[in-house]
Amino acid sequence: MSQKKIKKALSAAFPYTVPIFAGFLFLGIAYGIYMNTSGFSALYPFGMSATIFAGSMEFVAVNLLLGAFDPLRAFALTLIVNARHLFYGISMLDRYNGTGRKKGYLIFGMCDESFSINCSATIPPDVDKGWFMFFVTLLNHLYWVCGATLGGILGPFVRFDTKGISFVMTALFIVIFLEQWLKEKRHQSAMLGLGVTALCLVIFGGQNFVIPSMLGILVCLSLLKKSLVPEGEEV
Amino acid sequence: MTMTLAERLVTIGMVILGTVTTRFLPFLLFPPSRPTPQYIRYLGKVLPSAALGFLVVYCFKNVSLLTGNHGIPELTATAVVIALHLWKRQMLLSIAGGTVVYMLLVQYVF
Repeated sequence: MSQKKIKKALSAAFPYTVPIFAGFLFLGIAYGIYMNTSGFSALYPFGMSATIFAGSMEFVAVNLLLGAFDPLRAFALTLIVNARHLFYGISMLDRYNGTGRKKGYLIFGMCDESFSINCSATIPPDVDKGWFMFFVTLLNHLYWVCGATLGGILGPFVRFDTKGISFVMTALFIVIFLEQWLKEKRHQSAMLGLGVTALCLVIFGGQNFVIPSMLGILVCLSLLKKSLVPEGEEV
Repeated sequence: MTMTLAERLVTIGMVILGTVTTRFLPFLLFPPSRPTPQYIRYLGKVLPSAALGFLVVYCFKNVSLLTGNHGIPELTATAVVIALHLWKRQMLLSIAGGTVVYMLLVQYVF
């Protein structure tokens, strides 16, 4: 693998990760401070951000660590909070193929942000797909670990008033969704994703809507299989 | 703090195991060495758009339309992101514009 090829992939990947740099740094710092003020040394946010690398679950994990020891509950709760990754995996079965030894890391680091970029980015034909996705994942991972560690070290010394910065992630997902929308011919699947999830959020509330949403999307997509893939069209 | 160091490490280990499971499971069930069932290939093709739509709504899970500020900052900033993006189609501009508007709204208006 030539160094030039790797460099090219890095410079193609970096611009996509800039909004995540902003978001992860601040969210990471907030997470690190939260851990610190909960009584954990900076080693915890450092180690946990590097090995778990699933933002929302790491916030939940703080509460798990402060409660009674219950490893099975920790495991089950993680499966529920992170169930959405199953959808990402099925979506990326083809795209992560043929990336060689990088594949394991790509899957390990498949957070919301890495998934959304890797599944939607139009990678220029002269850029290596595997290295591009590798750098998207790696850069996001680095931003998150740096933020979390920084927050853990700075802890109580900083006054933190960047209220609202987390919207950078929402904005990122909206833009990626829009780009996907503008690129695709049929919008049924995108509308289903929005509609079913919104409906479940209203019905089940913010704590319990993820699993019903996923099931609802699966059922609808299965029922619509005939109309979404017209006869004669290759799946 | 009630847990011992070993108990904490086990708890963190379980969270890692759970996360890794949700990420690797589809790839383990459908390896490239075996032909992927047609239904799963269909899902792989149509799921990305639905998953991205899901993710957008997922970001609004803590927004209440009936209480507090009724989600006005979120909805306004979302409109700004969409408008900016349809106008200029510059990813960073749309994201930065929407985020700045949101921060101004939650810090100074609401």
